[in-house]
Amino acid sequence: MPGMLKIIFGNLFKKRATRLYPFEKRAPFENARGSMDFAHMENCIFCNLCAKNCPPKAITVDRANKRNALDPLRCIQCGVCAEACPKKVIEMRGQYNEPCYAKRTHVAAQVVKCAQTPPEQK
Amino acid sequence: MVKSTITFGPQHPVFPEPIQFILKVVDEKVVLAEPQIGYVHRGIEKAFELNDPKDNIFLAERICGICPAPHTTAYVRGVESLMGIEAPPRAKYIRTIMNELNRIHSHILWAGLLGDAIGFESYFMQTWNYREKVLDAIEKISGHRVTYAMNAIGGVRRDMTNEQLRGLEKTMDYVESSLENIEDVMKDYTIKKRTQGIGILTEEEARRDGAVGPTARASGISQDLRTSGYDAYGDLKFEPVVVNNCDSYGRFAVRWQELKQSIDLIRQCIVKMPSGEILTKSNNPMNGEAISRVEAPRGELFYYIKGNGSKKLERVKVRTPTFANIIPTVTMLSKGCQVADVSVIVLSMDPCISCTER
Repeated sequence: MPGMLKIIFGNLFKKRATRLYPFEKRAPFENARGSMDFAHMENCIFCNLCAKNCPPKAITVDRANKRNALDPLRCIQCGVCAEACPKKVIEMRGQYNEPCYAKRTHVAAQVVKCAQTPPEQK
Repeated sequence: MVKSTITFGPQHPVFPEPIQFILKVVDEKVVLAEPQIGYVHRGIEKAFELNDPKDNIFLAERICGICPAPHTTAYVRGVESLMGIEAPPRAKYIRTIMNELNRIHSHILWAGLLGDAIGFESYFMQTWNYREKVLDAIEKISGHRVTYAMNAIGGVRRDMTNEQLRGLEKTMDYVESSLENIEDVMKDYTIKKRTQGIGILTEEEARRDGAVGPTARASGISQDLRTSGYDAYGDLKFEPVVVNNCDSYGRFAVRWQELKQSIDLIRQCIVKMPSGEILTKSNNPMNGEAISRVEAPRGELFYYIKGNGSKKLERVKVRTPTFANIIPTVTMLSKGCQVADVSVIVLSMDPCISCTER
């Protein structure tokens, strides 16, 4: 009985053991592999190494249109593409993908910068 | 005597995985049990032949959701022996740590499921709460809770920093103290009543039926592949846990002591962790046959790998510990146990059907 009372009073003043999940989300760990992201598309050279190394073949590289596409439902978050990328375009984000209703591919396009900036007009 | 038939499973409240037992019952006593498997066959062995050997690591990882570390370790060790290379010492230690963390979380999960089968729900909640801390430790090291993706052909993919090792030590302290909190369950009257003397598998029967892992060790057979000294186990000091109870309680006791042994092994690994490279790169052709055996949480895991010198493997055969333990379970069931004890007996051998059928 005394042991039980200790547990009862302990539980009254303890922090909650559970988390109200959809409202309170735990911060991801430092090197967690939640989802894959084409984070630095401006550096991409469209070498196709990510698509070649991807185990489930979830990445397609379109060199002509300067676009990379990821099928998030095929992706297994292994991080091989991030390791293979020579320009460190791909990053693994800690946060997991949200649940979704439709199967959509994520397309990341490279924004082409003009080689010459127009001179400022006075 | 009227014999009636009861089909137990494949979907049953206490079975975490789909296995069916057709029980021939006289009154309340089981006189014969027939196992039926094949509900979750996914054709993974064929997929091994179609993929690149490097990608197969991730496939091997997905054979079993509870023990991805032993599956990938067995696969990469087989491919490494085909290529004629060896992983560097630091990689071997990291593999050992991942395997032991895997064993800890698998045994805690099993303890919770046994509590659930007996009807001890709060025990189930407590054990799974402690298991969550082990999964967090795994996620901090590998980046994922379930699919670690740590092993690579010739070593491991990620190194462990000193901070991670210190964090792991703290987690081990926490797990050890929390296991002490719930250790009294072993002495509980109800648990003993439900497990002691139930599901008896004698030493001769275990040898005859080819039991492996904790099921064999609970029947007094000192059989632990880790003593063969693969990976870093050769450098670590440990003795296989053997119990002579031969019943469900013995299998509980073996797993409980193995939890403590695994914590001790991880601590030894942290102390003895060598420095240096973690990956040996090689492009050697894969020619010939290789056999690789690893001690998974449930017992001996066996991989047969055949290469023909081309870029893809010719054949990969997996034999999982649960497959070896199904026949001993039938022996345990067919000895005239009560229908109410079937779930505890089947769970006491820790079935993992998804990896048995692949």
